[in-house]
Amino acid sequence: MPIIDILGFSVWYGGQRVLRDVTLDVRKGEILGIIGPAGAGKTSFLRSLNRLNDLVPGFRTEGAIKYHGVNLYRERIDVPTLRRRLGMVFATPAPLPASIYDNLVFGPRLMGRMKDLDTRIERCLRAAYLWDEVKDRLSLLAPSLSGGQQQRLCLARTLMLEPEALLLDEPCSGLDPISTAKVEEALTLLKAEVSVVLVTNNVMQSSRVADRTAFFLDGRMVECGPTRDLFVNPKEKMTLEYISGRFG
Amino acid sequence: MRGRIRFIGWFFTSLTGLSCLLIVVAVSIILGNIVHHGWDRLTWEFVSAEPRMGMTEGGIWPAIFGTIALVLLMTLAVVPLGVAAAVYLHEYAPQGSRLVHVVRLALQNLAGVPAIVFGLFGLGFFVQFAGGGIDRVFFSGSLVVGQPCILWASLTLAVLTLPTVVVATEEALRAVPRTYREAAYALGATKWQMIRRVVLPQSIGGILTGAILAVSRGAGEVAPILFTGAAYYLPYLPKRLNDQFMELGYHVYVLTTQAPDVEATKPILYSTVLVLLLVTFGLNFFAVLLRSRIRRRLRTT
Amino acid sequence: MDPHVSELLRRGERRWGERAIEVAIHSSAFIVVAALVLIFVFVAKEAVPMVTSPEVHEEVTIRSMVEPLPNGKFSWQPVSNVPKYSLLPLLVGTLKVTFVALFIALPIAIGAAVFTSEFAPQWAREFIKPVVELLAGIPSVVIGFFAIMVLATWVQDATGCIVRLNAITAGIGLSLAVIPIVYTVAEDALSAVPQAFRDGSRALGANPWQTAWGVVLPAAKPGVFAACVLGFGRAIGETMIVLMSSGNAATTSIDPRESLRTFSATIAAELGEVVHGSPHYHVLFFLGVVLFAVTFVSNLAGHWYVNRLRGKLRGRPASPKPVVAEARP
Repeated sequence: MPIIDILGFSVWYGGQRVLRDVTLDVRKGEILGIIGPAGAGKTSFLRSLNRLNDLVPGFRTEGAIKYHGVNLYRERIDVPTLRRRLGMVFATPAPLPASIYDNLVFGPRLMGRMKDLDTRIERCLRAAYLWDEVKDRLSLLAPSLSGGQQQRLCLARTLMLEPEALLLDEPCSGLDPISTAKVEEALTLLKAEVSVVLVTNNVMQSSRVADRTAFFLDGRMVECGPTRDLFVNPKEKMTLEYISGRFG
Repeated sequence: MRGRIRFIGWFFTSLTGLSCLLIVVAVSIILGNIVHHGWDRLTWEFVSAEPRMGMTEGGIWPAIFGTIALVLLMTLAVVPLGVAAAVYLHEYAPQGSRLVHVVRLALQNLAGVPAIVFGLFGLGFFVQFAGGGIDRVFFSGSLVVGQPCILWASLTLAVLTLPTVVVATEEALRAVPRTYREAAYALGATKWQMIRRVVLPQSIGGILTGAILAVSRGAGEVAPILFTGAAYYLPYLPKRLNDQFMELGYHVYVLTTQAPDVEATKPILYSTVLVLLLVTFGLNFFAVLLRSRIRRRLRTT
Repeated sequence: MDPHVSELLRRGERRWGERAIEVAIHSSAFIVVAALVLIFVFVAKEAVPMVTSPEVHEEVTIRSMVEPLPNGKFSWQPVSNVPKYSLLPLLVGTLKVTFVALFIALPIAIGAAVFTSEFAPQWAREFIKPVVELLAGIPSVVIGFFAIMVLATWVQDATGCIVRLNAITAGIGLSLAVIPIVYTVAEDALSAVPQAFRDGSRALGANPWQTAWGVVLPAAKPGVFAACVLGFGRAIGETMIVLMSSGNAATTSIDPRESLRTFSATIAAELGEVVHGSPHYHVLFFLGVVLFAVTFVSNLAGHWYVNRLRGKLRGRPASPKPVVAEARP
């Protein structure tokens, strides 16, 4: 059951075209992995889903992205609401310069949903595998945490928004293997409630956790299918070459 | 031949070094002279008492009070306006738009307008046009605010110090990393929510620096307040917005140029100048300290 | 309707307060521009009767301000039985004291800037810059005070002239106010010259002085020129120092040992006594317009140069930044 439908979607930054006619869908209850070499357009794609690319000067689109049937770029929508429904975690941990607690309640405060905060905080921190490490230090300044902890905090604070899907942009780059394993574990447990779109440079990561995987190259979506099928028996030659490490 | 070239080189280098020395010496002499002559009289009584005996005895408390009241009002006016203008320039204005260029040009030129022209502006616009207009409309012509008073003087100074606040605020806004802004957006913040909850709190230090610098400048400028409300001797402290006021810099000016007995007022004069300098430099020093602390903190994160 | 969708399409009706704040922020930008415009408008407004009003013309016209009197002399005596309003004494006075001030300030400031950016060791650099900022932070009324109290006596002792308050005294005081801005802009310009220039010159065997004089300074010429222009603007517009230490006598003498009157000091000295709406009143505002115009043009020129230089060295057109505000810490 698709939550997001991407139909023939293209993106330009000024005169430069970074996405070409991408057609894809994001379904409920799954982890969709997006792999591809640097510069393939993966991040541009992800940022287009929650309209974060609006911030980039010269940003232009063609085609459609439909979220529950609403064309995100042609109809007048409340963008902040969209960004809460499709919560994003960036590649470099981006904690706000405030306490862990303040980071977590930032979203709920904006929404005006301040009930049962402590319960929700515990739930989200546990889901992000961070609860045990920070449970009695919530007033600690977030930037003083380690990289892995910061990233898990970013995951937890996004979960506080109660999003429908998570948009993760290489969330484990720069993390140690243990933190990476924790994040992957968290995602696997979350996917039933919160679908995940996972952009990753690490092909192995996608093979580990993603239900379906899409391979991007030069702004095009080359191939998409169930992960096992894509890895074992890819339909396109480029896919095979990328997966087997011939380039990228 | 090489010896002569080296000598010429050494000679001109020394000349430039001498220039630096001259500047340092000049500043030392000025400050030294003022401290030397003004230090003795600088007592608690001096800063808290009123002047007596035709400005030859007593203290200068009313001038201190007037200066404080003046810059306080000025700050109330200039900080919100300056911060808003800086926020517009940095956060809202479309990149490279003509309006932005015009605003920046206006700020740059505002900073170069002579202080006495500000005085004329204060008189012509604030006192006569605005004040006179308000009197005609609200007070049926009686003289309430259409006269030189602390309200108009402080607003005149606010316009004068506007560029200082805008520049300092913009510097602070620029220092807030993009990652914070994007994180806020990703968590569902609108532009204003992001500015209010993330950017402005992070910029408070720089804004404060700008405010302090503005206050330091405003406390020292005399030309703009010559005709917009400063007075030499008042038997009362300014309590209402349409009162006149005594002020440190103005006091120095009048005392220097119009006191009948220069020798008798000299000690008070020197001490008044010293107080003015202490206020101005103290504020400047504080602002510089604050700014370097902020810069240091930013460099480590 | 799907609850997801309805919330998404509801376009922020609750955001009235935010809209109001954003309007306020946008209007602040207009207020900044308006301030500059208003300054010109309201000073010019009170000067317009110089051109339009017949009552004013009975006493003075712009023509009469530039022409000599019947007895062939130029005289500024607004307060007398027959008011005289020649601009020439004021012009001579302004230029005289500005010349003295720039004559002193420009070599010192530029020399110090060269020293700071080319020869000085790090510790000296970190000492000199704050000292110049300190100088910039001294209120002009204090400099004027120092000039009349101390400088005047020194000048009198040194030159033996009878008149204490003259162009020399006022010029020295004025130079103290001009030095910081010339120094700051010139030093900026010199520092902005790429290090590669210096390295290349040194590699060819030049010593630091030859490098500075032959390579760096020429490269920074536009910036240094701009610094001089901005210094000129500062000198022309300065009020308190000349008001207190120039003797306030409107003469056409070019002898620097005599007292003088500048445009700014005239306004400051006479506006307090003048009758609102009298011809004298309008003349003073007219002087203000002239002053505003001259400083505006020179500042515009100076800043244009500085902005262009910034842009050239960074490879793109630069946005103007108030330089004077930077000269003060």
